[in-house]
Amino acid sequence: MALFQHRRIIKKRLNRSIPVTIMLFAFLMLFGMFMAIPLVYAINNAFKPLDELFIFPPRFFVRNPTLENFFDLVAVMGDSWVPLSRYFANTIIITVFGTVGHIIFASMAAYPLAKYKFPGSRVIFSIVVLSLMFSPHVTAIPNYIVMSQLGWIDTHASLIIPAMAFPLGLFLMKQFMEQLPDAMLEAAKIDGASEYRIFWTIVMPNVKPAWLTLLILQFPVLWGTNGGDFVYSEELKTLNYALEQITLGGIARAGVGAAVALILMIVPITLFVISQSKVIQTMSTSGMKD
Amino acid sequence: MDVQEAEQPVKKAALSKKESKLSTLTRELKKGKHYYILMAPYMIIFTMFTVVPVVVSFFLSFFSFNMLELPKFVGWENYARLFLSDDIFMISLKNTLLFAAITGPVSYIACFIFAWIINELTPKVRAFMTVIFYAPSISGNVFFIWLIIFSGDTYGYLNGFLMQTGFLLEPIQWLRDEQYVLWVVILVQLWLSLGTSFLAFIAGLQTIDRSLIEAGAMDGIKNRWQELWFITLPSMKPQLLFGAVLQITMAFAVADISMALAGFPSVNYAAHTVVTHLIDYGTIRFEMGYASAIATILFILMVSTNLLVQKLIRGVGT
Repeated sequence: MALFQHRRIIKKRLNRSIPVTIMLFAFLMLFGMFMAIPLVYAINNAFKPLDELFIFPPRFFVRNPTLENFFDLVAVMGDSWVPLSRYFANTIIITVFGTVGHIIFASMAAYPLAKYKFPGSRVIFSIVVLSLMFSPHVTAIPNYIVMSQLGWIDTHASLIIPAMAFPLGLFLMKQFMEQLPDAMLEAAKIDGASEYRIFWTIVMPNVKPAWLTLLILQFPVLWGTNGGDFVYSEELKTLNYALEQITLGGIARAGVGAAVALILMIVPITLFVISQSKVIQTMSTSGMKD
Repeated sequence: MDVQEAEQPVKKAALSKKESKLSTLTRELKKGKHYYILMAPYMIIFTMFTVVPVVVSFFLSFFSFNMLELPKFVGWENYARLFLSDDIFMISLKNTLLFAAITGPVSYIACFIFAWIINELTPKVRAFMTVIFYAPSISGNVFFIWLIIFSGDTYGYLNGFLMQTGFLLEPIQWLRDEQYVLWVVILVQLWLSLGTSFLAFIAGLQTIDRSLIEAGAMDGIKNRWQELWFITLPSMKPQLLFGAVLQITMAFAVADISMALAGFPSVNYAAHTVVTHLIDYGTIRFEMGYASAIATILFILMVSTNLLVQKLIRGVGT
């Protein structure tokens, strides 16, 4: 397998010199290694037996791979004060509800914004674009007040509900929906379908690539949450919080920590590997036009 | 007299125009009913957790408020205190600006350059390299691995490596030394920063019209650099604008990584940023009014930089 599309390029694109291509490739490899090393190390660590985790001088690759850490993990799952399975369940609940809710609500809001002009539509979209320009840290303080007024402090709702209105998702969904052919929607309207019916039966099935994109952007955020500032109860905390505690706890659970770290990391990456082509397809409409 | 009479009908016309405007608005509102219903769930949540907090934060910044007593109006006092007597805020502001000035442009250019090189690869290799470069940004808290790499004792990989190869005789306290810690945070932030913009650039590069490039070759474009400058960049402007927004916002919002690597507070506040300062006053000292003033400044800093850069990028090549 040729690494570069040279044969085709030489025919199609005349503007390529081979030495420069090689240089660029070397550059890419060098930084590719920089990107990959910590991840490869995390994978290796999860399969290291305890004595290898603490060897000196530290060793990068695993010598005698073992599943010991994962067995330990299963053992710890049941027997601590708050079983690790509880943290797992919390993370899954938060991630699933937050992500699915986000995809549905953002799509519902994106459809009118993408396809129709009505009073306020421009202003609303400008506000969403403006909200991409600052980070959630800005709103953290008043958020606490809003949460306590709603009585959502120390509930999963404090993580799930705000995640549903993540502005980047609405932005990308709207840009993607704009390219749906108007004729398709018109035809349905002539057949007498209501807006809601059109949305569910025509628009939604046609924006599947964008669902996956919203999933890829929102999933890692929720999957990696440590419970934020609003969840205090131990039994409501998340897997990442448990990992932080294990890491702080030091040597005794280092093996289990490495296993949990691998699980936290590998799930979002696997999702991306599966959905990559659809995500890129969505991103091609992501631009800001005016 | 004549003039007055002449004005009368004009006024009437304007009035009826206003009326008809109002009636078209109500008609349009009615026609758009379904659209408002579809948007309602998202917009209610968005308003509650984004719009209202920004407004509240702005107002609270003029009050003294500790969550227990009623807010007390203090005018500009919070801002005066921030800029005139809070030395640590000045350190955090300086760090944030330095940080943003480096990671913003570097990560933006890196997103583009890597997307550009990756785009020249064959599809399978391209997909693989995309995963490698994108993975750090979605791998959650794996950045704690960097803690082990930069660990200050001889078990730290970097120290171990440098001592074995003879560059160092004694381990360096990478994360406890003011000289290095900000740079370590910058490095790790860069490692994590090839996110959504990177994907948007890859997508943008793949959708460039082939015929443009072929036409360019006819028009005498000699090498890939010229192709990049005259064809690729101009036709990717929408993605470039989008990517800029994301990278700038990210560059100003550094906190989690600083806190995880350098500690909170970091040694001599060497990795203290505006956001960590905000966290300090908001969640530890409960000076909500003061924290809101910090948040408002952060908001202004982020939004104004974004708008400025948008203007700059739009200006390129037009």
